[in-house]
Amino acid sequence: MQNNIILAGVGGQGILSIAAVIDLAALHCDLHIRQAEVHGMSQRGGAVQSHLRISDREIHADLIALGRADLVISVEPLEALRYLPFLSPEGRMVTATEPFVNMPDYPSLDALLTELRRTGSPLLVDAATLAREAGSPRTSNMVMLGAAAPFIALDPSQLEAAIGKIFEAKGEDTVAMNIRAFRKGLALSQP
Amino acid sequence: MNRQLLLGAEAAALGALDAGISGVYAYPGTPSTEITEYIRKNREAALRGVRSSWSANEKTAYEAALGMAYAGKRALVAMKHVGLNVAADAFINSAITGVNGGLVLAVADDPSMHSSQNEQDSRFYGRFAMVPVLEPASQQELYDAVRYAFDLSESVKLPVMLRLTTRLAHSRAGVVRAPLHAENPLHAVLEPERYVLMPQNARKQYNLLLGKQENLERLSEESPLNRMVPGTFPVGVLAFGIACNYAMEVRETFGLDVPVLKISHYPPPRRQIAELFESCETVLVAEEGYPVYEELLRGWFNDRNIRGRMDGTLPRAGELDTVLMARALGVALPEPAPVPTIVVNRPPELCRGCGHRDLFEALNRVMESFENRHVFSDIGCYTLGALPPFNAIHTCVDMGASITMAKGAADGGLRPAVCVIGDSTFTHSGMTGLLDAVNDRTPVTVIIADNDTTAMTGGQESAATGTRLHALCRGLGVEEQHIRTIIPLKPHLEENIAVLSQEIAYDGVSVVLARRECIENAARRKRSKNPNPVNQ
Ligand SMILES: Cc1ncc(C[n+]2csc(CCOP(=O)(O)OP(=O)(O)O)c2C)c(N)n1
Repeated sequence: MQNNIILAGVGGQGILSIAAVIDLAALHCDLHIRQAEVHGMSQRGGAVQSHLRISDREIHADLIALGRADLVISVEPLEALRYLPFLSPEGRMVTATEPFVNMPDYPSLDALLTELRRTGSPLLVDAATLAREAGSPRTSNMVMLGAAAPFIALDPSQLEAAIGKIFEAKGEDTVAMNIRAFRKGLALSQP
Repeated sequence: MNRQLLLGAEAAALGALDAGISGVYAYPGTPSTEITEYIRKNREAALRGVRSSWSANEKTAYEAALGMAYAGKRALVAMKHVGLNVAADAFINSAITGVNGGLVLAVADDPSMHSSQNEQDSRFYGRFAMVPVLEPASQQELYDAVRYAFDLSESVKLPVMLRLTTRLAHSRAGVVRAPLHAENPLHAVLEPERYVLMPQNARKQYNLLLGKQENLERLSEESPLNRMVPGTFPVGVLAFGIACNYAMEVRETFGLDVPVLKISHYPPPRRQIAELFESCETVLVAEEGYPVYEELLRGWFNDRNIRGRMDGTLPRAGELDTVLMARALGVALPEPAPVPTIVVNRPPELCRGCGHRDLFEALNRVMESFENRHVFSDIGCYTLGALPPFNAIHTCVDMGASITMAKGAADGGLRPAVCVIGDSTFTHSGMTGLLDAVNDRTPVTVIIADNDTTAMTGGQESAATGTRLHALCRGLGVEEQHIRTIIPLKPHLEENIAVLSQEIAYDGVSVVLARRECIENAARRKRSKNPNPVNQ
């Protein structure tokens, strides 16, 4: 088993929390992990991504090769398209649909959705609404993780347990809210 | 086995703690910052009293580490690649004196310039100084290599360079710890013949260093960090550091049985390399950085049957990856899907509510009235003022250069000569330039954007901020009435414009301190007071 996942978003949107949850769950399953992330300049509102690889065999490279990602999880629709060259022909695209606009030439949402639909059968998630329902807009990253969970080579219950651990220090309410968000996402792809 | 998930930078830090360091000295810089941050946050390190606060710059950091090693203790010094330019004098000369306790320099290079001005390759400095260089390929190997580096440093009595690159420093993997090596006892020895580098001593010491080279190469030949993966493919890969990972990936993904000689311990082992050349029709030299060794090997082997970055088989610039390696080995790959044309770039930007924004707004208003609108600047978050909508600054070269470049331009006749520098950059290497300007009475206006932190690299403590900056400028000889403080906030805009205009009009050295806390830091402070913040 080898699972290559690209996480995409804008600096500050919380993709590293998604990575931390998957990492921890994979660690508990005794899998090999490599997870490359972006620190520094780009974190100031720039495009950020993380290459996350889990496998039952040794992993050599920290980076996923072009055309070899099994899954792209994006918390922002424009950012999802940026990593299209990485997606394998059989790969899945799971993206939030709410744009994060911080540049003047940001394309229209319609144009974005058209391009996204052209990629095959992307899972388009209204993460913002589901996150608000879960209790806070800040949980939209966990909504996205839930929606993508069926395409990750880990049991959703393992991911849920890892969410509990990652947010433990922030209190029970935060854990409960993030798990609610995760389940709302999961329900989309596992009705 | 108890695995911990660590960034490469953190694995280096933990490796150093477990190797028994008594201190780490560093100035922040991507991708090296997390080495020191990890040690600063580590409870065991705090209990042990491992010294870990930030240094004023890389040179002071390196020299303090050298002093700790002089006293017989193990010391780690960490910096980014361009930081080694600043510390180079100390580094090169410490190879001549040699060390007593172990001294390891962890230096993180940034090929592809994700967060840097250039992609210089620190291995050049390693060769220049003639010290061993280790370049591990995985996080576990990195953890283990740090201890190996300290042992090596103490056995050959030389500083050892540990070279990391972005992809290793900023990627996480499982790491298993080794038992703790106790800290060294204090053991300072009076050896002025080694440490006083007057010519008669320096010549002896230099000859000693030259005499060590043969042994250093022998140690590389036997190093556990260098190893051969045999294969039947006619093209072999000589893979330095993490280049090995991409070669191994090609072997597995494309079923190509390429022989791979992995080198992670320099000076390069000549015998092993010669064997690779003898057993392969062609050798692809793969280095994550400059073609430092490819150039050398083309000489050794008469430029025959060598491929690499110098002949375009691999690109001359930028980091490597699996696809580049596969193509260099002749694997035909389908073109990946293109990025749709509507996908525009998303450059980084100053945070909403950042004080630098208000400073640039005021400065732009002032500069509008001049024909010459050059604003010299420096490295930090405020460098983002070069981008729209501000377009407020026009240079960013190396830390500290804003003041000295403005001074030189003023000497050449440019009026006004204005520069913007951050608090951390000012204490890093701006102060000495200000002294030059004071001594020459050069008409320059130095704006210190004091956000009370080293923001660009994640909010580390700056060496001096606030009233201490004022006192420093005063001490360097700037006149009291020409050290002004402004608060970069909307309601102060007109007042700030007035102060800036007055000081720019002054025909001498003036300093404007623009003081307002970084909003990211303010938010971090608030979060740490609030026990139940929401999501990260
Ligand atoms: C020689 C050198 N060391 C370190 C760095 C990394 N670096 C870039 S900006 C910066 C921080 C600057 O802080 P400050 O001047 O206070 O500005 P701020 O980011 O807070 O606005 C650092 C450490 C570098 N580019 N060059």
